[in-house]
Amino acid sequence: MCDTCGCGNSAKPITFSKPGEQGHSHLHSHTHDHDHTHAHDHDHHHHSSPSGRSISVEQDVLSRNNLLAERNRGFFEARNIFTINVLSSPGSGKTTLLEKTITKLKDEMIFSVIEGDQQTMRDADRIAAIGCPVIQVNTGNGCHLDAQMVNHAIKELNLSDNSLLMIENVGNLVCPSLFDLGEAHKVVIISVTEGDDKPLKYPTMFSVSDICIINKIDLLPHVDFDVQKCKEYARSVNHHLEFFEVSAKSGEGLADWYDWLRKQRQR
Amino acid sequence: MHEMSIALNIVDLSVETARQNKAEKINAIVLELGELAGVVEESLQFCFESACKGTMAEGARLEIIKLAAKARCEHCGHEFNADQPFMHCPQCAALTFRISGGRELRIKSINVD
Repeated sequence: MCDTCGCGNSAKPITFSKPGEQGHSHLHSHTHDHDHTHAHDHDHHHHSSPSGRSISVEQDVLSRNNLLAERNRGFFEARNIFTINVLSSPGSGKTTLLEKTITKLKDEMIFSVIEGDQQTMRDADRIAAIGCPVIQVNTGNGCHLDAQMVNHAIKELNLSDNSLLMIENVGNLVCPSLFDLGEAHKVVIISVTEGDDKPLKYPTMFSVSDICIINKIDLLPHVDFDVQKCKEYARSVNHHLEFFEVSAKSGEGLADWYDWLRKQRQR
Repeated sequence: MHEMSIALNIVDLSVETARQNKAEKINAIVLELGELAGVVEESLQFCFESACKGTMAEGARLEIIKLAAKARCEHCGHEFNADQPFMHCPQCAALTFRISGGRELRIKSINVD
């Protein structure tokens, strides 16, 4: 039984919390439909023989996620909410980039943020501290956000029309690439303290993203990271990628990123 | 470990189809898995077994059909196997292509009693 709500689902729940508010809502980490009505009804006389009948399914495994993602996308379109899904390994500066961007542009546009992490309110607290509406999704054991979590989060966020929603995914360069959330663009961040060959080692993430931000360029004199090589590698996986070279800490290069956001909003 | 979520989705969708077809038990699930789907086969097999527990798919086999990665050249339209990290079109040497196959993650059929 779930120790949070007692609902009989033993899976670890996913929680949604807003900074400064008591309590939280939750979803379970999966919607697995255990066959309760038939659980003790297995017919053990039927051995798994090849005589069973075959039924054609032809269904995408992620079809439920993808359907829900399209519902989210429709909601965003109708309300003119520009949504980006920010992806990277842990520690490449996603939250700092969000803080800088919101602080700089908050007089020009309305922001909201969904923060995804396995545990803690730390990132949501940082975003709330600069006066931006935010909801923290704690995935428990989960390694990625999915469309259902975003669907639940946006119901609690009271998003404004004509605004910008930034979804900071769980720090992970593998799993989140598979799950459409309904965003307009996936933005992958790589920092120069990582290897410049990351686009080759984790090609899926770079092949599904539209934008690649190379962060922490203020550290370039101290590391072996080759920006040109990294871009070359990334382009070999996805030549449609658009790059921004920035330091979210020093502010270098951020003007181009801000202009890109402004342009997207005018669309 | 997104393989667990994938395994749970496979079982859910299969159980749904099996019920609609008045089946009592799922013996096998046939899955098409592209090389670029971002799913580790061994890990998926491992998760699948636990995902089936307590459902009518308990003890079912997961039969995986691997599908190769394909790319289509944006310049000349030629389709080729996308099995290299640095790729160019073998026909016209262009570096611009779109992945045209290999991301499949699809339940093809189920075998039921």
